[in-house]
Amino acid sequence: MDDILKVENLEVVYNDVVLVLKGLSLACPRGRITALLGANGAGKSTTLKAISGLLETEDGEVTDGVVLYNDEPIQGLIPERIVKRGIFQVMEGRRIFEDLTVEENLRCGAFTRPRSEIAESMERVYAYFPRLKERSRQLAGYMSGGEQQMCAIGRAIMARPELLLLDEPSLGLAPLLVEEIFEIIKRFNQDEGVTILLVEQNARAALSVAERAYIMENGRVVMDGTADDLLHNPDVQEFYLGMGRTGDKKSYRDVKHYRRRKRWLG
Amino acid sequence: MEYYLQLIVNGLVVGSIYSLVALGFVIIYKATKVVNFAQGEMVMVGAYICFALTVQFNIPFIWAFLITLGFSVLLGLAIERMVLRPLIGEEHISVIMVTVGMSSVLKSLVQLCWGTQIKVYPQVLPTEPVMIAGLPVAPVYIAAFILSVILFAVFSVFFKYSRTGVAMRATAFDQQAAQSMGIGIKNIFAMSWCIACIVSAVGGVILGNINGINSHIGHLGLKVFPAVILGGLDSLLGAALGGLIIGVLENVCDGAARQFFNLGGFREVAAFIILVVILMIKPYGLFGTKEIERV
Repeated sequence: MDDILKVENLEVVYNDVVLVLKGLSLACPRGRITALLGANGAGKSTTLKAISGLLETEDGEVTDGVVLYNDEPIQGLIPERIVKRGIFQVMEGRRIFEDLTVEENLRCGAFTRPRSEIAESMERVYAYFPRLKERSRQLAGYMSGGEQQMCAIGRAIMARPELLLLDEPSLGLAPLLVEEIFEIIKRFNQDEGVTILLVEQNARAALSVAERAYIMENGRVVMDGTADDLLHNPDVQEFYLGMGRTGDKKSYRDVKHYRRRKRWLG
Repeated sequence: MEYYLQLIVNGLVVGSIYSLVALGFVIIYKATKVVNFAQGEMVMVGAYICFALTVQFNIPFIWAFLITLGFSVLLGLAIERMVLRPLIGEEHISVIMVTVGMSSVLKSLVQLCWGTQIKVYPQVLPTEPVMIAGLPVAPVYIAAFILSVILFAVFSVFFKYSRTGVAMRATAFDQQAAQSMGIGIKNIFAMSWCIACIVSAVGGVILGNINGINSHIGHLGLKVFPAVILGGLDSLLGAALGGLIIGVLENVCDGAARQFFNLGGFREVAAFIILVVILMIKPYGLFGTKEIERV
């Protein structure tokens, strides 16, 4: 299959001492949604930042491995270059410019695009998120969390990326809203043919839209496969979807839990 | 009464210069969170460059003025590239200390080149006062005020509508998020220093035309602190109003002190007394952002 993004044996060190990614490899097939799942601190966000170049501002450094985008190495490039090549990251926690209006926020998303297409892109965003249109002149900081997430994704749509990196779009949103956001992500992928790499804690939501998924623990990939395979894998069901082996809720009395989980931590 | 009206008019003119310099200060603070103690020295450099071009090189004033603006752009770029870029990622306090050092360096350089004596600009505008509402006002005052207003209008439009202006505001709010949008924050930083140098130089040239210049002109940079703190450190509108208010207040206070207590020189301290009062009752200033809290 044609992979738009290939990450091979990536190693990332923070502050010259903390080894966060320990030889991570993954691939994103063109035009598909790939999910990257894992617990807190597994290194999911770091992976995205290593791809988008934002690592540099956090004192992180890629010490080994390659990131191939359209078969060209892009690790070590500055973020502006990477955005210009068509990779756009929606950062965790929305990161809206609160004292700008919604419309100005969207304009910032199109910073690297020609001015002539801004009006059309804006219409496109408003078609996906009619609620943003109502609030286009409002300060983004006063919107609800869901609307802010819409605005953050709207900025990405403005940038017309080839590869979209989404970091926890479900963070802090009500379940219904999560569903709505994921539907729009799916539609965006289908309508525009954008490849998406989706980082999520909400494994169920992510697996419902993704075709392939990788599961990370402690800086490396411990399992990967099609979304369907993973959804039916007993370990995934137990540790990520919160079901016991028989399908009922997991109980802490199950002592074997620790031994099986340890294998993943290895 | 006429005495006070005259004081207010003078205050507005001086205030409009404060506003200009405050504008430069606020732009740097907004984009880079650096408190620039060298702002006054940037005013001084602009004033001396224009002086040198008109008097020493006999270039017509209008051209000298334009060349000064061009030079300010270069100065801004040089300061950003050589002094501040190596400090990206360092503590804010180190950067601030560097601007303190830079102010001494700029001041010494100017004294080295032009000495410490007062220099007088050639007369550009007619000296015949114009009557406004029964008060005689020097044309240079009117020109100063109008020029400040125009510059403010230009920059307000720039920050509201231009792509770069909006990107500068975005960078001011969240540098990393701005970077994730492909905004080159190094360019943005350079740009804000350029703008700050330009508005300061314009302030310096106006000041030179009114009073002549000497190497103490840099003290103006200190007067700008009350103005920006009154307006709120990160608000353009605040810088404009803060500058005007401080200008008027210090003139009126000075006049009143002279009239009632027979005290001279109150002008020099009035602004700082106001500063202390503001900090006690309204530390965010009139228009400063507090932080949006969603409820």
